[in-house]
Amino acid sequence: MNTSTYSAEVVNHRSKASKAQARLAWTLMIPTIAVLMIVIIIPVFQSLYQSFFGKAGLDPETGFVSETEPFIGLANYADIFTEAGERFWIAAYNTTLFGVVTVVLETILGVAMALIMHKAMRGRGFVRAAILVPWAIPTAVSGILWGWIFNQNGVANAIIGQHIMWASGDAAAKLTIIIADVWKTAPYIGLLTLAGLQVIPDEVYEAAKIDGANAWQRFTRITLPLVKPALVVAVLFRTLDALRMFDLPYILIGPRKSSVETISMLVQDEASNLRYGSAAAYALILFLYVFIFAFAFVKITGADLGASVEKKRRGPGGRLNASVFLPRRRRSPQPVALTEGGRS
Amino acid sequence: MSTATTAGPELRKKKTDWAGIFSSFGIVLIVIYCLAPFYWMFVSSLRPDTEIFENSWWPRNPSLENYEAVFSAKNNFASGLVNSLIVSVIVTVVALAVATFASYALARLSFRGKSLLLLVVLATSMFPLVAILVPLLKNFAAWGWINTYQAMIIPDLSFSLPLAVWNLTSFFRQMPIELEQSAMVDGCTPGQAFRKVILPLAAPGIFTTAIIIFIGAWNEFLVAVTMINDPMMQPATVLLSKFTGAAQFNTPFGSQMAAGVVMTLPLVVMVLLFQRRIVAGLAAGGLKS
Repeated sequence: MNTSTYSAEVVNHRSKASKAQARLAWTLMIPTIAVLMIVIIIPVFQSLYQSFFGKAGLDPETGFVSETEPFIGLANYADIFTEAGERFWIAAYNTTLFGVVTVVLETILGVAMALIMHKAMRGRGFVRAAILVPWAIPTAVSGILWGWIFNQNGVANAIIGQHIMWASGDAAAKLTIIIADVWKTAPYIGLLTLAGLQVIPDEVYEAAKIDGANAWQRFTRITLPLVKPALVVAVLFRTLDALRMFDLPYILIGPRKSSVETISMLVQDEASNLRYGSAAAYALILFLYVFIFAFAFVKITGADLGASVEKKRRGPGGRLNASVFLPRRRRSPQPVALTEGGRS
Repeated sequence: MSTATTAGPELRKKKTDWAGIFSSFGIVLIVIYCLAPFYWMFVSSLRPDTEIFENSWWPRNPSLENYEAVFSAKNNFASGLVNSLIVSVIVTVVALAVATFASYALARLSFRGKSLLLLVVLATSMFPLVAILVPLLKNFAAWGWINTYQAMIIPDLSFSLPLAVWNLTSFFRQMPIELEQSAMVDGCTPGQAFRKVILPLAAPGIFTTAIIIFIGAWNEFLVAVTMINDPMMQPATVLLSKFTGAAQFNTPFGSQMAAGVVMTLPLVVMVLLFQRRIVAGLAAGGLKS
């Protein structure tokens, strides 16, 4: 679009209108920006600052008891490579294990569920309601619920005919968490995948059938590639959620249990024991871990996140033409030219 | 395969029936998978204490004694539900009010820095809540905010606001631009067009977003367990995790299950009533179409 085709007056109007629009936009954005600053951006920097300080009470230089927290530089970060770091590495291992295993399992289960629901003709509304129940149940409730199921005298042991102490074993406790988390989240992946499946036109399958593709080929060559954008975004969000897992192991197995302690639980424990510095350091390591993971995931899978927001604008909606922001009486001469010129 | 082409419609019909049976079977499995644990919680909540470890499909002597125990004065559970309700409603209202303006700007207006803002909102929605816990805890402790509602509400906004902005932006974008244009041709200012035309039409999308945010805030645990130690101020999620029985080592499974049912039932009812909307909202949030 070339602005030079318009008269000087129109261009002038146009830029005035754009300015008015930008001003309105920023006014509307201010509350959101302010809240995000207060609840996220400023605290992150405070966290970073805090992570350079040790615990109040033991001043390493003078040996005196002090109310102020001593500045200890990067010692909190260095600590993860010493004896104190053992608990951190166990938590990091658990976090990664839960993140990877639950997401892999729930993706497989979720896709299977989506395929079944997509095929099924009857009872779709009911199934959709049923599948939302695990998603809606508070994690705190599902924690005590699965704790009950995996109780020593609970129904899980009754079904398999064993007397396993689920909560106290190391592998058993991990398995309990994984089962409970997959139960809660696989239906969610299923729902989002189903939404992706429903936009694939039937003609594509018809054509493939005519070309002689069997069911498996149709699944791997058509369904998976076409549903991939939706699935990738769902998996990304779920993974980031799984990496910050807190409630489920905290309630189901309990705090300070090395078998299931995640980094989030470690941070919360440190913070509530007033070791703010190391808590902040561990929190930032988790933050960085999640960030690097998300970045790598988006790069590798080509997940279409922020970019899609601006590019895909094919629907009925669209942007307001800048000219509507001009004062009424001054807009009269060339409104037609403006609308036709439009914004691209 | 070859018989189907030669034997005519009868056999072909039989074949589609097989697919139907298979998918019906799958549907039954999915429903059992989703609802069985919830059913077990419900059944267990009706078992009297003496039968709590029985594994029958249905309690022999169903009783409501667990529900009475949950609401006995000792547990504070009623006040926990009220606390949860207060926090969730305020979080929902504030997040929606703030996000509606921002989403309208992001969906409809053009200005420099828009893509960056969208990216920031997206990034913050992926944020581990625990990363901001330490400074918030320290600040709130310094301000004497421990055991207050605002100590729960403000951190909750860090996950509900990005979600609301993201959902509403995709919702506003689906609305035809002609709505505002014709309103303004009729003499409305952009502000009036937004208030009188867009906002009423956006009500369903705002409602959907409200449900999703409300459920998120109702389920919140990490912030509450860190910021609140007064049992009278704790929300239901935290109280539930700390239920104790008569004796110290006697976990009151029956009342835990009853409390779980009480906490979940409103959400299940909401989900049943509005499942179509919620799915649309989740898909909009997850798919960004």
